[in-house]
Amino acid sequence: MTVLVFDGSWHGLLCCIFDVYEYKLGAVSVSAHAHNQADAFSSERTVYTDPEHAARVSKGLAGKLSAKAIGDLYGCFLSELPETHSLIVRYARAVFSAGLSENAYGNADVLKVTQIAKMVSRERHRMKAFIRFQLASDNIYFAEIEPDFNVIPLIAGHFKRRYTDQKWIIYDKKRKYGIYYDLQKVEEVQFTFSEGKANPNAFAESEALYQNMWKDYFKHVSIDSRKNTALHLRHVPKRYWKHLIEKQVY
Amino acid sequence: MSERVREKLRILADAAKYDVSCASSGSTRKNTNKGLGDTGSGICHTYTSDGRCVSLLKILLTNFCIYDCAYCVTRKSNDIERTAFTVKEVVDLTINFYRRNYIEGLFLSSGIFKNADYTMERLVRVAKELRQQHKFNGYIHLKTIPGASDELMKEAGLYADRLSVNIEIPTESGLKLLAPDKDRQDMIRPMNYLKNEIIQNKEERKLFRKSPLFVPAGQSSQMIIGATKETDKDIMYTADSMYRNFSLKRVYYSGYVPISNDSRLPMLNTAVPMVRENRLYQADWLMRFYGFNVRELLNPATPHLDLDIDPKLGWALRNLDKFPIDINKADLQLILRVPGIGVQSAQKIVSARTYQRLNWDHLRKLGVALNRARYFITCSSREFERRNLSATQIKQYILSTSASKYLKSQPAQLELFT
Repeated sequence: MTVLVFDGSWHGLLCCIFDVYEYKLGAVSVSAHAHNQADAFSSERTVYTDPEHAARVSKGLAGKLSAKAIGDLYGCFLSELPETHSLIVRYARAVFSAGLSENAYGNADVLKVTQIAKMVSRERHRMKAFIRFQLASDNIYFAEIEPDFNVIPLIAGHFKRRYTDQKWIIYDKKRKYGIYYDLQKVEEVQFTFSEGKANPNAFAESEALYQNMWKDYFKHVSIDSRKNTALHLRHVPKRYWKHLIEKQVY
Repeated sequence: MSERVREKLRILADAAKYDVSCASSGSTRKNTNKGLGDTGSGICHTYTSDGRCVSLLKILLTNFCIYDCAYCVTRKSNDIERTAFTVKEVVDLTINFYRRNYIEGLFLSSGIFKNADYTMERLVRVAKELRQQHKFNGYIHLKTIPGASDELMKEAGLYADRLSVNIEIPTESGLKLLAPDKDRQDMIRPMNYLKNEIIQNKEERKLFRKSPLFVPAGQSSQMIIGATKETDKDIMYTADSMYRNFSLKRVYYSGYVPISNDSRLPMLNTAVPMVRENRLYQADWLMRFYGFNVRELLNPATPHLDLDIDPKLGWALRNLDKFPIDINKADLQLILRVPGIGVQSAQKIVSARTYQRLNWDHLRKLGVALNRARYFITCSSREFERRNLSATQIKQYILSTSASKYLKSQPAQLELFT
């Protein structure tokens, strides 16, 4: 068994697939630097990320798989779940060598990839819904998120298309990076937050009013005689409440 | 000023909440003018504590009304606080909520003040201002006021993504009883007018790609369930005829929430018929996505849906001669009819079986509810239901193995002589 150690990026992972064929490797498992552990029964091999190799693998996959299936693999990668790196490499090898079809849902790996991709896609959709912008005093709409999976790459396009005439920032607090739209383009940003109390003047004057009106609205559209907490929780799990304006007390 | 708007929002959101529609899907308006917003497959931005989706800012323009419909909170004779938004206030709220990603757009309805045209004109003005002055490309759903002129309706169609007229009561006699001033024809006529305009616009867009959008997300309607003594058959037949005759995108079923002690209506403390509502939606889905004809689900012999089990299982139990079917061979259309198999699982089954024969384990992993499906299918396995079970037995088995959220007490044991 060879353990391939790569830099944790998508391109790096594609290069792992490249190296498997380049060096005719047998059984492999893949690991990013972070959780690499020495093991007496396997040898280790470092994979260097080469954009050219990555592009070749990309092209190869595109020839065998639909855009949706490639999107599923990428979604799987963004899930950051354990074992997904190895799963993706195994899947790609089966596609290249055994002619595995993306629709063969009877195959455990194919099913696993679609299921993880579904979970990531659900989180992506939730973030489109649950992001709440707050208008900062410098006229930038700011939102903080803590998604289960790393979905920012999947939602950037949506927000760029939708909010073209306002500046905005979406910041992933868990992964400590965000994206900023400056009316022209979206770019990745990182901040350092200073410790201490939040600045009460950080937000625009009208911000509190609209937040209160949104809370009013949320309270008044609900029909009390139909209250169904279980259903409510299924749609809006508690872990998202922290960043939802309507779930905060006045 | 802001306190006044907050007060209005409270009153007019409260009055609009009985309209269940909140869909923001089906439109294709794109943000091409560097404006604000776009539409797509619809997003629910939050859910109320009763579990309903909140996608649009759903408000009334006013709750003043000249009508006195017994089932409605804003009826003339009801002693409630009355108020009205100005056009500017609605536009301002919509834009500011939208910019904060609270909503997908606006759902604007209204009580009827003065007359139909006067009210409709104001609704149209809100939509027009949003589209033209604020370059707003988000979703707009307008209620069409029965009896409004064709010109206004046409103008509304140019700005709105969806228009809807509520049919309110499933039967004509019921409407006569509860809303004597209203005429069903007034509700049908605009639907018909819009259907024809939508068809015409589709033709135009084929020829001239740049011709303006006209109600791109189509029409919808809503019926109140359980306010009169109608059967499920009445309801679904009305819905079916609306789907067929006016190509509606959606019909909504709204369980009547008791709001009045009028003797024509269920009493104030009557429970909202939520289970019935759920079964009606399931039947609606079977009609639209599973290829069922309404007459298979409801007919003079079965005028009501079974509240204990879903309508598909009900149908299957009445038609046991059509089962079992072989998962590895049957057509998609037949697989869709198996209880416990949804559209997605059915499609997955059809694509997966071209690569290998499927067994119970595969089916379970694909997401099939085997506790229901196992009585109706065979697959690549030597195990299958060999007993010659009657419909009642199957129903009992399924109910005893599933913890239905609707069943108050579990059936204790099988009935012996059935």
